[in-house]
Amino acid sequence: MRALLIRDLRLAMRAGGGFGLGLAFFLIVVVLVPFAVGPDTSALAVIAPGILWLGALLSCLLSLDRILALDWEDGSLDLLATSPLPLEAVMGVKAVVHWLTTGVPLVLAAPVLGILLNLPSQGIIWIMLSLGLGTPALSIIGVFGAALTVGFKRGGLLLSLLVMPLYVPTLIFGAEVARRGSQGMAVETPFVMLAGITAGSLALMPIACAAVVRVNLR
Amino acid sequence: MLEQKQKESTKKPMSIWEYANPTKFLRLSARLLPVLWICAATFIVGGLIWGFFFTPDDYRQGSTVKIIYLHVPSALMAINAWFMMLVSSLVWVVRRHHVSALAAKAAAPVGLVMTLIALLTGAIWGQPMWGTWWAWDPRLTSFLVLFLFYVGYIALWQAVDDSDAAADLTSILCLVGSVFAVLSRYAVNFWNQGLHQGASLSLDKEKNVADVFAYPLYMCMAGFILLFLALVFYRTGTEIRLRRIAALIARERRVI
Amino acid sequence: MMPDLGKYENIVISAYAGALFLLCVLIAVTLWQGRRVKAQLNAIEARRDD
Repeated sequence: MRALLIRDLRLAMRAGGGFGLGLAFFLIVVVLVPFAVGPDTSALAVIAPGILWLGALLSCLLSLDRILALDWEDGSLDLLATSPLPLEAVMGVKAVVHWLTTGVPLVLAAPVLGILLNLPSQGIIWIMLSLGLGTPALSIIGVFGAALTVGFKRGGLLLSLLVMPLYVPTLIFGAEVARRGSQGMAVETPFVMLAGITAGSLALMPIACAAVVRVNLR
Repeated sequence: MLEQKQKESTKKPMSIWEYANPTKFLRLSARLLPVLWICAATFIVGGLIWGFFFTPDDYRQGSTVKIIYLHVPSALMAINAWFMMLVSSLVWVVRRHHVSALAAKAAAPVGLVMTLIALLTGAIWGQPMWGTWWAWDPRLTSFLVLFLFYVGYIALWQAVDDSDAAADLTSILCLVGSVFAVLSRYAVNFWNQGLHQGASLSLDKEKNVADVFAYPLYMCMAGFILLFLALVFYRTGTEIRLRRIAALIARERRVI
Repeated sequence: MMPDLGKYENIVISAYAGALFLLCVLIAVTLWQGRRVKAQLNAIEARRDD
């Protein structure tokens, strides 16, 4: 399991595209927003948490189809499926790798981009916390989408279509934590709900992912 | 193990899973369908005419109250169609019953259209009543999310060539999607409270609907349920025939 | 014949028209597909019997 983790991490690093690309996309989305809504700083401060969450979600989405596509193409996914490691664990590892290469950089970049959007300083800690808590759920749900569409000829667009509705609850609670946090309101309820979604998806989604991959490998 | 055995058996053209049950189903639906079509038409036409011509105007909503006879039944069927797809997906996953998977496939477009009708009539009703076509009210938003789920589900069926794999993938998507649809419902409920508290956008008319409006409404609801059943039976028959055509063509190719 | 719909006449009529149009499209597409597939199947079965 650890070997798989290290192998996947190394592959992601070497391919380069993976996390640089997601981060660059995040940056571009956030930078484009003021051009679209105008430079009024007080308006930007209001929408900043939502924009940061949306940008993070989109750059997660962008990097999803790479999770399994390469392994599918060179056949290592078949090998992983027949290895002694349960397929559920393989899927979990894939999600962890995706989170480490995409989620963590996003969390670290969020405060800097928050400053660009005039995010109130008390909101910075909450945007980091909510993204840190929410992106694992985005990753594992994304692995499910990638597993559903693995091996499809034009899976990219379908993948986004399937995953977007599944992202709705995470996005709502995550953005709500960040929004309330930046306005100095109580954040307990959405925070607990966000944590619940993440824990629940991490526990249950690998099973669904593995079932789907088995169907696709048949 | 069992799954594999049945997979092999589907490859044999005369196996029970490929023909016997679908034929039985086709015979049953051939007998049921005329009755269903006629009942559905009577109930819907009767209920709508009753509702449209012979009910008084609501003192607050004026004549727009008549939209309820389309809005509530279609919303009811939009949710129940997904529920039916969930049940038949479960049957497919557990029992590997082909008709069940095809019924789920057949129901999806019907559910999609029902969702569209509910959204459309809701928007048209909301324009004069709330002063806006669209509000991010919890119910409206969850129907929009439901709409997205239907679109994704149908798109996944279209994308997979192998029909058994498509049935498996869409079933799992339906199961996972149901969980997330319920989650979204609660999330949206919560999210909206923060936005406009106390706004009286409740669509919960069931509680305060008077009898004059209720009876034609029940009739329309029965009509929509019957229409849904008729459509699903008919469409499932179409899917079964499509699959049989594919099987026959494959066999012809093998012979040549 | 026509009930008095008051000032909301257009609203109610357009809601009914839109919804019934969608329903009719759904039913028409369903029937059209069903007929086509049935004819196709009959053609193939007839070919097989020859």
